[in-house]
Amino acid sequence: MSRVAELTSALMPHLMLAPIGLPMLTAAFMMLLREEKQRLKLTLNIFSTLAGLLIAIALLVWTHQAGAPATMGVYLPGNWPAPFGIVLALDRLSALMLVLTGIVALCSIVFAGARWHRAGVHYHTLFQLQLMGLGGAFLTADLFNLFVFFEIMLAASYGLLLHGSGRARVQAGLHYIAINLAASSLFLIGASMLYGITGTLNMADLAQSVPQVSDADRGLLHAAAAILATAFLIKAAVWPLNFWLVPAYSAATAPVGALFAIMTKVGVYTLLRLWTLLFSSEAGPSALFGSLWLVAGGMATMAFGAIGMMGSQRLTHLAGHAAVLSSGTLLAAAGFGQNGLTAGLLYYLPSSTLAVSALFLLADLIDRWRNDGSTLAPYEMDDDAPFLTPELVPSTGLNLDEDEEVLVGRVIPAAAAFLGLTYLMCTLVIAGMPPLSGFVGKFAMLTALLNPLGLGSSAGTQLGPWGWGLLALMIGTGLVALMALTRSGIRHFWASHDRPTPRLRVMEGMPIAVLLGICVALTLQADGVMRFTEATANALHAPGTYVRAVMSATPKPGPTTAAAEGRPIEGRPEGAAP
Amino acid sequence: MEAILALSIGVLTGSGVWLLLRPRTFQVIMGLSLLSYAVNLFIFSMGRLGLEVNKEPVLRPGVPQDLLHYTDPLPQALVLTAIVIGFAMTALFLVVLLASRGMAGTDHVDGTLASDVQEMP
Repeated sequence: MSRVAELTSALMPHLMLAPIGLPMLTAAFMMLLREEKQRLKLTLNIFSTLAGLLIAIALLVWTHQAGAPATMGVYLPGNWPAPFGIVLALDRLSALMLVLTGIVALCSIVFAGARWHRAGVHYHTLFQLQLMGLGGAFLTADLFNLFVFFEIMLAASYGLLLHGSGRARVQAGLHYIAINLAASSLFLIGASMLYGITGTLNMADLAQSVPQVSDADRGLLHAAAAILATAFLIKAAVWPLNFWLVPAYSAATAPVGALFAIMTKVGVYTLLRLWTLLFSSEAGPSALFGSLWLVAGGMATMAFGAIGMMGSQRLTHLAGHAAVLSSGTLLAAAGFGQNGLTAGLLYYLPSSTLAVSALFLLADLIDRWRNDGSTLAPYEMDDDAPFLTPELVPSTGLNLDEDEEVLVGRVIPAAAAFLGLTYLMCTLVIAGMPPLSGFVGKFAMLTALLNPLGLGSSAGTQLGPWGWGLLALMIGTGLVALMALTRSGIRHFWASHDRPTPRLRVMEGMPIAVLLGICVALTLQADGVMRFTEATANALHAPGTYVRAVMSATPKPGPTTAAAEGRPIEGRPEGAAP
Repeated sequence: MEAILALSIGVLTGSGVWLLLRPRTFQVIMGLSLLSYAVNLFIFSMGRLGLEVNKEPVLRPGVPQDLLHYTDPLPQALVLTAIVIGFAMTALFLVVLLASRGMAGTDHVDGTLASDVQEMP
């Protein structure tokens, strides 16, 4: 581990650019390749994603070095000091999200490589651009830069959602694009209002300015923050802004749905980041502004997700509602603004994301098993696909399984057992049942909720009505999710008629096994992971370190800066920032 | 000037939101366009120095280098970015809109004819 940290330190801070630059360059290169070179593109994509994951892990190790309380990486892409230029900042939370993105992306692309990537054009390019947008959104420390990366991520996701075409996808895509365009407008209004009030778009500088805003402007500041938060809440699928999610995610092809499981978490991440920075307990009169909204919204979302899971007939709908439920749990827990609770939710976040992602992949395999191996459901076969070149139109006779030779054993006898076992594991993690990581995460959150000051020292602290509500909902939604998933499992695995044994490819089984294997690893290493998330939560709730690290980043001396030093400050109007 | 700007932003937003809630895809895209115009104007008006008229953000020799003589350049940069992104997204939405129209045979946002709604399960 220390070797990795040493190597990373040597490459820092430039390695921080890799999660953005690597996918961008890969995407740009793949644009040059002809559409027929699918296999080369797939290989490139897998290797690039793998390299991205390894870099993300190296960054994670680097941020969590022994002896350094909060190692922050700060990069000045334009070599301007902090409030003026765009800043990239890497802390534990960013690194955690980057690693999570890498894992989900790698599993998704390997799964797609078995068949789905051939269902449309430019899949790999869009996939890499999506990763670029995600990486940028997790790294940037500038509000407007965040908007740009959000748009890159969303633009790629529109293309990925429509991958494979078909009427259902185009319909869902239409709604998805419309709501996201509206959300982007809200984002811009909120961001520009914040700029108008505080005169800065740098997140760290914003955190410094918020306590100093005059009382006359404070209402406006809160309105701006609320508008901005609405944009992120739409992304995080909070009720009642989440009706787009389930149709869109379930209409998407399985690997895209699995990748989209991380997209709701981008909203949660941004809310967590901005809320803890701008409205931390040190923010004076604005301290913890909107806390109750986050809690109430999150709890309503949890209830909606659980009821939706109960009402889902299709597995993909079930997975979509599970994503909503997980997102609601995270938001409600984040709204309390307690270190222990945040640590618990940061443990719960990766495990629930991985499980939902695995469930999307699994749903595809199970559906195909039910439909006797056909890729497309009957309703999709009636539609023509207008974006595809004639040779790529999935006609009814087209066999997407042209690479039969990669099958390892035509029929794996254990395939049905594999599907059943992985489904069971998904159920356990999503419902939060012991012994897997979902339980550990929920248990950590409940413990922190009941003992906000730590075990033993919380005697006398009362759990308010919201706390009891969250406690009841967390247990209740777990039960409802368990019932819904069990019912669906019985229908798919036990109450089935004489069906052939499912055909399972290694390329499709492996990603699911890896995703759930990481959940098991999270459970086994719960102690170490919890220590990491506790450090992350402590750093989040004491934003001073982040603010200082970003604001004190000094530009590298270069020919232009050296020349500018001789002259009075020019081009940087004094007092442009408070 | 402030009143005119505020009124135009308000009218654009109002029309945009109303059109956004209409059932036809063409109305929705018009609504989104109007909304993005309103947002662009709004960003433009969010310069720190209020609504400076007839000022430019570029430094000129001979003009004192303080904030009374220049307008804030940042909102203009933001607006440019927002315009470009908004334009690209609208173009993308247009393509999806046409695909939806071609596949569903109707321009309703849900892709169903009003007469079909009753028959849907």
